[in-house]
Amino acid sequence: MIEIIRDTKIDFMGYRKFAFIFSAILSVLGIAALVQISTGKANLGVDFAGGTAVQIKFHSTVPLNEIRAALEKGGLKDFDLQDLPTENKILIRVKKQEEKIGGYAETITQVMNQSFKDKGPVIDSVTEIGPKVGSRLRSDALMAIVVSVICLLIYVGWRFQFRFGVGATVATFHDVLAVLGIFYILDKEINLILLSALLTVAGYSLTDTVIIFDRIRENMKKMIRETMTEVVNKSLNEVLSRTIVTTLTTLLAALALFFFGGEVLHDFSLAIIVGLIIGTYSSMFIASPVVLMMGSKTTIMKKK
Amino acid sequence: MKKGIIWRLGLIVITVLISIVFFLPNTPLFKYMPEFWQKTMPNRGLVLGLDLQGGLHIVFEVEGDKAVDIAIERIAATLRGILEKKKLTATVKSEGPHITVTPNSPEVRKEIEREYPILTPTEGQGFVRYTLTAKEAQRIKDTSTDQVLEIIRNRIDQFGVAEPTIHRQGENEIVVQLPGVKDPKRAVDIIGKTALLEFKIVDDESPLAAELPQVIMPGEEQQLLQRLAQRLSEDQEILFQRVVNKETGVVTKRPYLMKKEALLTGDLLDEARVSIDQRFNEPFVSLTFNPAGAKIFEEITGRNVKKRLAIILDGNVYSAPVIQEKISGGNAQITGNFTLEESKDLAIVLRAGSLPAPVKTLQNVTVGPSLGRDSIEAGTRAGIVASILVVVFMVVYYKLSGVIADFALVLNILLLLGAMASLNATLTLPGIAGIILAIGMAVDSNVLMFERMREELRAGKTSRAAVEGGYKKAFWTIFDSHVTTLITAAVLFQFGTGPIKGFAVTLSLGVAINLFTALIGTKTVFDILHLKWDIKRLSI
Repeated sequence: MIEIIRDTKIDFMGYRKFAFIFSAILSVLGIAALVQISTGKANLGVDFAGGTAVQIKFHSTVPLNEIRAALEKGGLKDFDLQDLPTENKILIRVKKQEEKIGGYAETITQVMNQSFKDKGPVIDSVTEIGPKVGSRLRSDALMAIVVSVICLLIYVGWRFQFRFGVGATVATFHDVLAVLGIFYILDKEINLILLSALLTVAGYSLTDTVIIFDRIRENMKKMIRETMTEVVNKSLNEVLSRTIVTTLTTLLAALALFFFGGEVLHDFSLAIIVGLIIGTYSSMFIASPVVLMMGSKTTIMKKK
Repeated sequence: MKKGIIWRLGLIVITVLISIVFFLPNTPLFKYMPEFWQKTMPNRGLVLGLDLQGGLHIVFEVEGDKAVDIAIERIAATLRGILEKKKLTATVKSEGPHITVTPNSPEVRKEIEREYPILTPTEGQGFVRYTLTAKEAQRIKDTSTDQVLEIIRNRIDQFGVAEPTIHRQGENEIVVQLPGVKDPKRAVDIIGKTALLEFKIVDDESPLAAELPQVIMPGEEQQLLQRLAQRLSEDQEILFQRVVNKETGVVTKRPYLMKKEALLTGDLLDEARVSIDQRFNEPFVSLTFNPAGAKIFEEITGRNVKKRLAIILDGNVYSAPVIQEKISGGNAQITGNFTLEESKDLAIVLRAGSLPAPVKTLQNVTVGPSLGRDSIEAGTRAGIVASILVVVFMVVYYKLSGVIADFALVLNILLLLGAMASLNATLTLPGIAGIILAIGMAVDSNVLMFERMREELRAGKTSRAAVEGGYKKAFWTIFDSHVTTLITAAVLFQFGTGPIKGFAVTLSLGVAINLFTALIGTKTVFDILHLKWDIKRLSI
C-alpha cells in the first residue's frame, strides 16, 4: 500500500508553544479585522456596507483611468474601481449610505454606454443595497456565526466532555479569525459569499477536530498508565495520515474551484483553501493542546 | 447475511433510479423521452437561481406611514364636506398623520367624533388635533402591504414574466424575483411606480395664479414653492408639468396652481389602452371609467366648464386642457411626449391600479444572462476537474478499494443531483461550489474507514474482519463529524439569504447522502466481493 507517512512519532505537544505564538498572531490579525469591519473601515462588500456595485464586461480592454475619467465627468464621486483581468471586466462600487437607493447604477450604465460604445459594454450585474438591508445582513451574519458556534459547542460538549467542547470552540474561532485576518491583510472584499466560506471552514475544521478527539477518547480508555500528553501525541500520530488524506481530497476540489470556478467563486475558494490548511493545523496544534491543558489525566478519570 | 446484501443492493438501485428520473429534465435527454414520460414523470428538475439564469431580485418597503397620511387626508376632505353641510364653521387641516380642527368647539367635535370613532382627539390651545387610533393605523399599514403585493402581482402578470416569485417578507417588505427578465430597468419602473392618477381643477381665478411664472428650469421647483408657501390657502397647491421642447430637446417645468382636492382618481378606471394620435403620430393612453367614475366625470366637467382640468400622475401634471363642455361617456386621455414603450407601461400600471402607498427600493440585484452562463460553464469545468483529481487520487492511493470509494463518489453526486431535483431546489452559484466541495468531502468518510481497515490489517486481521472492524470503529467518528457539518448548514439556512440558502441546502443534502453512500454503498460492495470470492489480501 502507498502511504504518505507511517508510524510517525512526532511530539506534537512539544511544539505547542510555537503554535500558540503563531496562532496568537493570526487571531490578533483577525480581531483587528473584526474591529475594522465593525467600524466600517475594512473592505466591506456592498451587501454589508450598502451601496451600489455594477459589473461591466467589455469585448476589449479598457484602461481603468479612462473609466475613472469618464465616470467623474458623468458626475459620479466616491467610487471604487476594480478590474477582473481575466475577462475584460470591471467592477464599479459606490458605497454611499443613502435612504433611497437607485440612480447610481443608472448613471454608471449611461456613462459606460456613451463613453465606451465601441468597446461593447454589457452590464453583467447590478447590486443595489439600501442601508437598512446592509445592516440587517451584517447582524444576520454575526448571528449566524454566534449561533452556529454555540450549537457546535453544545454538541461536542455533549458527545465528548466539556473541555473537548472548549478545545473545539477555541480552534473553530481561531480558524474563522485567521481566515478573516488573512483576507483583511490581502485587502480582499468581506462579503456574504466570504461569510459562507467562513462557516464552511468552521464546519470542516470541526469535522477534523472531532476525528482527532474521537481517537483521543478511544486511547484514553486504552492507555491508562500513560500521561495525557502521551495519549494525545499517540492519537495525533495515529490519525495523521488520514488527517492529511481527507484534507488533501477536499483541497483538490477546492483547488479545482479556485483555478476553474470563474471569477465570482475565486475569493470563495481561496478562503476555503486557506481555511482547510489552517483548520487542519488547528485541530492538531490548538484544539488538542487546549484539551490537554484543561485538566490532568487523573481528574478526567475521576470524572468518568 | 445474503439477504441483507440483496436488500441493501435493492435500496441503492432504487435510489439511483429515482434520482435519474428526477434529474432527467435537467439533461438534454429529456426531450427524447416518449411523450407519456414527459407528461407523467417529474418534469421540472433543478431550478436555476437568479445568479445563474440572470434576472432581477428586488426588495421593496411599503411606506405604510404614507398610507396612513393618505387616509388622514381623505378623512379631512370628507369632514370638510360634512361640516359644510351641517353649516358648522371650522377649518380642517391635514398635516401628516394629524388633522387639526380650529376652533375647538363642542358641536364640531361632537359631529366629528360621531362620524369617525377611529379618531382620537388631543386638545390644544384653541384647537383640537385628531390622530388615528394605533389599531386603525396598524390595520391601514397592514392592508396597504397586502394591497401593494396584489397590485404588483397584477402588474407583473400583465408585463409578462415567466415564473415570477412575489412574496411578503416581515411586516412591510415585498420581495420580487423575476428570472430571465430582459429589460430590468423597465420592470423596476413598472413595479415600483405608485401610479396615482388624479384629476384636479386648475385654480386660475385666484389672484396668485397670475403671479406664477410661465416656465422655470428643472431644479428650481423647491425655491418657487418656498417663496409662495405662505400665500397658499389650505386647499391650494402648486404642481408642475414637465415640458420638452420638441426641436431643442430642452426640458422645462411649468407650474400650475391647483385646487388640492382630487375630484376623481384612478380607482374608478375600467380600462387603459395605448392609442396613436393620427395627426402627430404620437402615442397616448386612453382611459375609460367605470359607470360610477363616468358619472362623476360627467358631473365635474359639467360643473367646471371653461375651467382647466389637470390630469396628474404621481404628483406630476401631464396635461391641463380647458373643459369645453360637459363630457359624458367616461372617456379621457393622457398625453405628453411618451414613447410607445412608456405609454404601454403606463397603461399596464393604470390597469393594475395605483399602489395605496408608495414603495421604496431596499435592495436590487440584477444579474445579466451572460454572467450566469459564464458561471455555469466555469462551475461545470471546476466540477469535472475536481472529480477527476479526486477519483485519480483515490485509485492511486487506495488501489481497488479506491475504485470502490470512487463508485461511492459517483453514487453521491448522482443522488445529490436527484435529491435536489426532486425538491425542485434552486441551484445557485454557491450551491455549485457546495456540490464541488461535496465531491472532495464525499470520499472523506471512505478515507476514515480505509485507514481504520489498514490499522486492522496491520494488527493481523483477515480481510473480511478488517472491513467489518473498520466500519464499526469509524461509524461514530463519521456520524459525529457529519452532524457538526449539518449544524453549520442549518444555521446557514436559517440566517442566509438567496444564494447562501442554496449553498446550505446543497451542503446539508450532501452530508446526509454522504452518510448513506459511505455506510451502505461501499459496505455493500465490500460484502458482495467477500461473498463472491475468498479474498485473502485486501487491495487497499
